[in-house]
Amino acid sequence: MARIGVFVCHCGENIGRTVDVPSVARAAQGFPGVVVSKDNKYTCSEPGQAIIREAIREHMLTGVVIAACSPHMHERTFRRVCASAGLNPFLCEIANIREHCSWIHEDRGEATAKAIDLVRLAVEKVKRNIPLETISIPIERKALVIGGGIAGIQAALDIADGGREVILVEKEPSIGGHMSQLSETFPTLDCSQCILTPRMVEVAQHPRIRLMTYSEVESVDGYVGNFDVTIRKKARKVDATICTGCGACMTACVQRKVSNEFDEGLSKRTAIYTPFPQAVPNIPVIDQMKCLRILSQKKGKQDACGKCLDACAIGAIRFDQEDELVTEKVGAIVVATGYSLYSIGKEQDSPDISGYGEYGYGTIPDVIDGMQFERLASASGPTAGKILRPSDGKEPKRIVFLQCIGSRDRAKGIDYCSKICCMYVAKHTMLYRHKVHDGQATVFYMDVRANGKGYDEFTRRAIEEDGAVYMRGRVSRMYRDGDVIKVVGFDTLAGEPVTIDADMVVLATAIRPRPGIKDLAQKLSISYDKHGFLNEAHPKLRPVETNTAGVFLAGACQAPRDIPDTVATASSAAAKVLGLFSQESLEREPTVARVDISHCAGCFTCERVCPYGAIGHREIRDRQGRLIKTVADVNPGVCQGCGTCQATCPSKSVELMGFTDEQIFAEVNAILA
Amino acid sequence: MTIGYYPGCSLHGTGREYDESVRAVAGALGLTLREIDDWSCCGATSAHSVNPLLAVVLPARNLALAESAGMTDVLTPCAACYNRLARSEHAVATNPELAEKMPRLLGRPFSNSVHVRTVLDVLRESLPVIKEKTVQPLKGMKVACYYGCLLLRPAEIAGGDDPESPTFMEEIVKAIGAEPVTWNLRMDCCGGSMSIPHAESVVRLSRAILEDARSAGAEALVVACPMCHSNLDFRQQAYTNKGETTLPVLYLTELLGLALGLNAESLGLKRHFVSPAPMLERMAVAAKEAV
Amino acid sequence: METNTPQPAGTFEPRMVAFVCNWCTYTGADLAGTSRLTMEPNVRIVRLPCTGRIDPLFILKALERGADGVIVSGCHPGDCHYTSGNYHARRRFAVFHDLLQFLGFEEDRLTFSWVSASEGMKWKDIVDDAVARVRALGPFRGYDREAVAGSELAGRAA
Repeated sequence: MARIGVFVCHCGENIGRTVDVPSVARAAQGFPGVVVSKDNKYTCSEPGQAIIREAIREHMLTGVVIAACSPHMHERTFRRVCASAGLNPFLCEIANIREHCSWIHEDRGEATAKAIDLVRLAVEKVKRNIPLETISIPIERKALVIGGGIAGIQAALDIADGGREVILVEKEPSIGGHMSQLSETFPTLDCSQCILTPRMVEVAQHPRIRLMTYSEVESVDGYVGNFDVTIRKKARKVDATICTGCGACMTACVQRKVSNEFDEGLSKRTAIYTPFPQAVPNIPVIDQMKCLRILSQKKGKQDACGKCLDACAIGAIRFDQEDELVTEKVGAIVVATGYSLYSIGKEQDSPDISGYGEYGYGTIPDVIDGMQFERLASASGPTAGKILRPSDGKEPKRIVFLQCIGSRDRAKGIDYCSKICCMYVAKHTMLYRHKVHDGQATVFYMDVRANGKGYDEFTRRAIEEDGAVYMRGRVSRMYRDGDVIKVVGFDTLAGEPVTIDADMVVLATAIRPRPGIKDLAQKLSISYDKHGFLNEAHPKLRPVETNTAGVFLAGACQAPRDIPDTVATASSAAAKVLGLFSQESLEREPTVARVDISHCAGCFTCERVCPYGAIGHREIRDRQGRLIKTVADVNPGVCQGCGTCQATCPSKSVELMGFTDEQIFAEVNAILA
Repeated sequence: MTIGYYPGCSLHGTGREYDESVRAVAGALGLTLREIDDWSCCGATSAHSVNPLLAVVLPARNLALAESAGMTDVLTPCAACYNRLARSEHAVATNPELAEKMPRLLGRPFSNSVHVRTVLDVLRESLPVIKEKTVQPLKGMKVACYYGCLLLRPAEIAGGDDPESPTFMEEIVKAIGAEPVTWNLRMDCCGGSMSIPHAESVVRLSRAILEDARSAGAEALVVACPMCHSNLDFRQQAYTNKGETTLPVLYLTELLGLALGLNAESLGLKRHFVSPAPMLERMAVAAKEAV
Repeated sequence: METNTPQPAGTFEPRMVAFVCNWCTYTGADLAGTSRLTMEPNVRIVRLPCTGRIDPLFILKALERGADGVIVSGCHPGDCHYTSGNYHARRRFAVFHDLLQFLGFEEDRLTFSWVSASEGMKWKDIVDDAVARVRALGPFRGYDREAVAGSELAGRAA
């Protein structure tokens, strides 16, 4: 038997002025199931709350309706009041007679009639509520960070410094990411490696960080607080436990003509290699596609070479080493996989993107991209920091920089802005002038986007102090004429076509998501946009969370981003992880879906429409263990309570607690009674 | 294979050798050309300078005639005619309101079902046949493939080729044994129809093209447009200085015809202003030596 | 507005139900309230977690119980708090709409809208507009009310 208490609030004058509150309370007294109905000036106040508590005890209420302001204001407050009086908090409903009634209507009669209907609706609903307990899920207080660039490094350090264990997985042989390839960073012109390598070392030495390099995430199962992750530790072919990093193997290696990825193809490396001298860990890896011995083994021939085996004094080279699969349980995952760059060639990372035929598809000598310029400028780069032409090693006296290559160009398939190029092009012009005092830099730009702290001043410095000439317009084409590159463009401010002779051209290419990111996103059940950048839960208010509880984003995997913002998002994601881990257990709102296994036919249409992958399969067996049927099963820890499953279910076998069909029909009946 | 044929005014006038060589080559390759009956001017530069609707309707008349004659594809060798016809086809295909009005404007039924094709596109499709029927491969002959503008712009009607970095002409030229040179101004404007109102532009632009082709080592320039041919061949004398060698300008189909063993007369080679005779003699000598 | 007795001409006031999602439209309606935007009082809101929860039967039930018009409103495409619920709602509604058309149901009685949490003004406009349209159409008599009233289904109320 229902025993409902109704409490109608005046909210001072806010409700009372327009709605005849006492008559609403009187009308409610007559509703079937209502045993007490009162009105009060300020129900949310201490005395107001006390009245409710008292009424619950005195009348042994089985449900409470508060007719007052929006549930978004005080639902939580009143639920707590009920709980404190011994009534299950989910047996409390709010009728919104302020925002949805007294504040939007003027006629007292109309407003009062509407308020009565809304109270009747709430009474019918609460009569059909069932007591629910918040769901408690245990938490594994260990985090997984995927990606060892500056974003992953920062997130890992913050979580570990916060007292929690971290596993940092990086697919390359060393951590450091793109930041380790940079020469200097804007707006301070800090040497990139100088500020990065101490962090890299800190990560390697941190007692709570387990570093797995040359490794990739193979699969992810489970849910927030309870992820089961399988990681593939790729075979380095080197025993990392005894290798001292002496480098003798690299000196001895016979295969010396492999294109060096770290130098963006501007130099060569050996088959056994570390990507750069300050690599962390400083343990080499054998490139299995280029090692002569491994290639001969693959062809079934006699083992070739093996010079590294001889050169290694402690026998750390292990050609028989295999990939290793490791499983770990973690409670939260931070994705920090970074970015890739648009290609200046013809082949692109997606069929929707096309290259710049007008710039020769990357075949014109000495036309390079921004990262290649960084390597030239870098002291540890292929030219020891001298700006020299890749074609003939001469010093270019005239460099033309082109901004927005790929970015903001619908004809090529990309309409976003890559955010960092205006800044690094200005930086490049400055580095160039500092190294080549009589060098002239010209920049073709559409806009100059320099909106961070100290950024505008930085770009002005390039123009005013380092003589960079900024020309507003695009380049329609380039071609090689003898020793010189003809850059044919337009100066829109002067209104004239212009042809500039350049010794070198640097293209500021668009930031792209990393290849393979969609596979990783699907493993994590997180979504991505049409380009492949990972989606945040809310673009303004939840920038580092995803729609999958327990998975967070840091850095450029989400969108083009500079280093300060990357570090900020990494720390932010770490804070979210630490916040998650600081709870005793995870408390989930229990207004989740539940399957009635007697009705469920196992069609799994609900599974297909669930945005969270919260629906799994459950086998129903008889006492002999024989399978009767497989039905849908909602994981209450993952279900967010949207109800799409219930509306989709052909047999109405899955119900959303608090919003069952019966309740909604009762509500409709109530307001139209 | 049969294909509709729209020669256009130039090919019946100053570009006669283009028409002759296209027909000769088509015959040699087993391609039947069905000329559109009662075809009329495509509008050229005049129509689109004056009225955008006229610029669509004039060429569309020819497409409507082709359609009623049961043609599905139409080859038009003149690059300017191609540009106008293809633009018309594209405009009607992408504008349903316009498509609805067309039959009334044309005074005849029209469903825009005819596809307009460039000579490069059609020849490229016949590459296997070309390779098979080449009897006099132009061994080692260096030529500069010149596309000009109208075959490549706007990008939507580039006849299937990459508008920023086209390759169709080079593919065809390689198939007949010649060597296309790498040069820079192959997509630059020759001056186009400025030939009459502002000949100085033609002189400046066409000269640059010839100089670039020459410095890349080309023995001849290969074109696919009668306007380009006119500017580069007819006007070449105007900008050739004393002591400079002239460069013969051949239509792609003329070069192709030579490789297919057709005689120079039937290809219209005698109509050129810059005589290709010295080049033909060198080729004959080389052919004899090769045997 | 207790019963839907026939009103004297010119005084018909429609009774309307709105099924809205908690995160966008409900909050948008709250904002309309906070901004004190006056609107027609004919609409009663049923709060749901997501428009994805909406079964077309809810709309039919509302009409069966005496509603003259129904509003369904949720988050803009792409903004659904639960990622995709509103897409499912849109698809269901599109099919349901075709069915209603087939049955000769007056389209103007049904309103489908996207209202975000910041669009208080838009909610007011949608309410006022929907009420005006339904008022002009008159009471919904598209079924045999007596048959329903006399059946056991009527007994399920309250």
